[in-house]
Amino acid sequence: MTALSGTSNLTVTSKDVGLRLHDLSVTYRSPGRPLVRAVAGVSLAVAPGQVVGLVGESGCGKSTLGKAAVGLLKPAGGRVTFNGRAVDTLGLRPRPSDQRGLQMVFQDPYASLNPRRRIGEQISDAVVLAGGTRERGRETARELLERVGLAAEFVDRFPHEFSGGQRQRIAIARVLAAEPSCIVADEPIAALDASAQASVANLLLDLARERNVGLLFISHDLSIVRQIADTVAVMYLGTVVESGPTAQVWDDPRHPYSKALISAVPRADGSGELPVDLPGDVPDPAFPPTGCRFHPRCPIATDACEVDEPALVEFLPERRAACSVLAPALTKVG
Amino acid sequence: MTPKVTEMNENPASTPDTSTREKSTPGAEPVLAIRDLVVELPGPDGSPLRAIDGVDLTVGRGEIVGLAGESGSGKTMTALALLGLLPQGGTAAGQMLVEGDDVLKMTPRQVRDLRGNRVAMVFQDPMTSLHPMLSVGKQLTEHLRHHKKLDKRAANARAVELLATVRIPDPERALGRYPHQFSGGMRQRIAIAIALACDPALLLADEPTTALDVTVQAGILRLLDRLRRENGLSVLIITHDLGVMSALADRVSVMYAGRIVESGPRADVLREPRHPYTRGLLDALPHPDGGNAALVPIVGSPPKLGQAPSGCAFHPRCPHAVAGCAEERPNLLALTPTHAGACPIDPLAVTASKVGTP
Repeated sequence: MTALSGTSNLTVTSKDVGLRLHDLSVTYRSPGRPLVRAVAGVSLAVAPGQVVGLVGESGCGKSTLGKAAVGLLKPAGGRVTFNGRAVDTLGLRPRPSDQRGLQMVFQDPYASLNPRRRIGEQISDAVVLAGGTRERGRETARELLERVGLAAEFVDRFPHEFSGGQRQRIAIARVLAAEPSCIVADEPIAALDASAQASVANLLLDLARERNVGLLFISHDLSIVRQIADTVAVMYLGTVVESGPTAQVWDDPRHPYSKALISAVPRADGSGELPVDLPGDVPDPAFPPTGCRFHPRCPIATDACEVDEPALVEFLPERRAACSVLAPALTKVG
Repeated sequence: MTPKVTEMNENPASTPDTSTREKSTPGAEPVLAIRDLVVELPGPDGSPLRAIDGVDLTVGRGEIVGLAGESGSGKTMTALALLGLLPQGGTAAGQMLVEGDDVLKMTPRQVRDLRGNRVAMVFQDPMTSLHPMLSVGKQLTEHLRHHKKLDKRAANARAVELLATVRIPDPERALGRYPHQFSGGMRQRIAIAIALACDPALLLADEPTTALDVTVQAGILRLLDRLRRENGLSVLIITHDLGVMSALADRVSVMYAGRIVESGPRADVLREPRHPYTRGLLDALPHPDGGNAALVPIVGSPPKLGQAPSGCAFHPRCPHAVAGCAEERPNLLALTPTHAGACPIDPLAVTASKVGTP
């Protein structure tokens, strides 16, 4: 993060720079089932050099949001803009060149790399697409492999010769070849061993800092998000229930769901303290509860919560929460 | 660095080999006592490769013991050896005593009787460990009818009781439903109910919460803890997640390249790790209360099967390694009466110098 943009300053940076989601919703259709609103009205901004963490349980719509953000899924409502221009959903036509700065890292580096092509070729594709030659691309591939902590000689190897952590580095090198200014990373470390997790997370964080790349880091692992993200957004069943600077949200979560998530993380401190569980399961997104979507599992829900859908309100600068029970108290604190 | 004797949990396995045969008071004899286990698997050219190289491990009655380590360290292979489920061509030597009976001396038929009856296992992914085409009731009662010879009605009654124990809502109806109709957490609860069906002396739980969300994981950890407290269940939990370990296990053993490099009470191992590998695993974790300190990964990756480096297998990745580490293999030595580590480097010196970045 550069000194200019400051930690987590969503509002200070120019409105159009970076990736912005405006009231985005994404729906899935399947025959014989009601429309599923996997993402139901989310607004989010990722400025260059900023690391935004998006956390939530499986089925909350965070991956769907990530895919829609880079144009892999068509939004049903709302808009996605990148540097002020609408992000087109990918079709048969090549992506407009001004959108090449928006790139994605996927969860499974075993599935995201082509097993039959040398990694150097795969990395150099972006250079060739941008009008460069294969030779130039090969040079870039060598440089990028070194940047992500692998040896430049590896360009002629195949993906199966690498471990999971190394493959994820290769996938990151491939993304870097497109010279991105924003990377959406969907669970980039979930498939890796603990020590590989730490090094890949560090790599992504370094890139964001040194190249001024915006990073949307999607993860179910709160403790890693806490470590690397400047701001965090907590998602539940398609909506953001709380967002704010990471340290503040972690130390003082306001929404009952954020509280539950944070207290469920087991700590390796040898204390033998059992994490607190949250009874119940994430409801089927095809049949979301009425009113506040969290109310059936919420310890402080009132009757009104079954009816009113709470809005995400800013109760302190940059801190937002969506809870109608807490809303009066929240503003008082502000 | 004084050993915290007061903090230690019960240490039920002090002298296990004196009473392997005669039935002494329950609780004195460990449910599981593994001694000098060696497992070899056939390599690509047919020559045996050593996957586990001299492992000792005990689990006392009502005790939860954690086995930690990176993937490929031999954690799962230890459990598979105990169930007689080694990959084809794999051999196990040493002693594996379940309530005093050596599994490695049993006939295949005896091992089959042991499996699912006295020793049960819960796997990582409940989607693949449950049969998708059989109802939950069928999968639960099959077990009871085979091992306990219960008739259909008694088996069904017991199945409902088991589902209630693991907190499945509406257990009678759940019997007629299929795995895909349950969420991941509920499926893992069902897998635990199946494992508990025959009242096993020992439950092996291999990464039981790794595939689950944190809130659901918390529920499963609480369930295992309650089963231990209320039913006296003994559990060997295998996980790479030291947070899970810290929440649940009484004692922790850390494995690296087929050997145990550190073991002791949870609080000792996680708060005052003596082996550089344990320390490295802890430093690689984001510390919930540790501020924004950078994550410190362990350099390199664990050795492949059969390619363990000479001397201490961890020496190529160890920030404290000295010349001698490549030559002499350190043994697991007692540092306190209950805490053991396999590193000759002065523990106090290790503590003083912060494990540095590569």
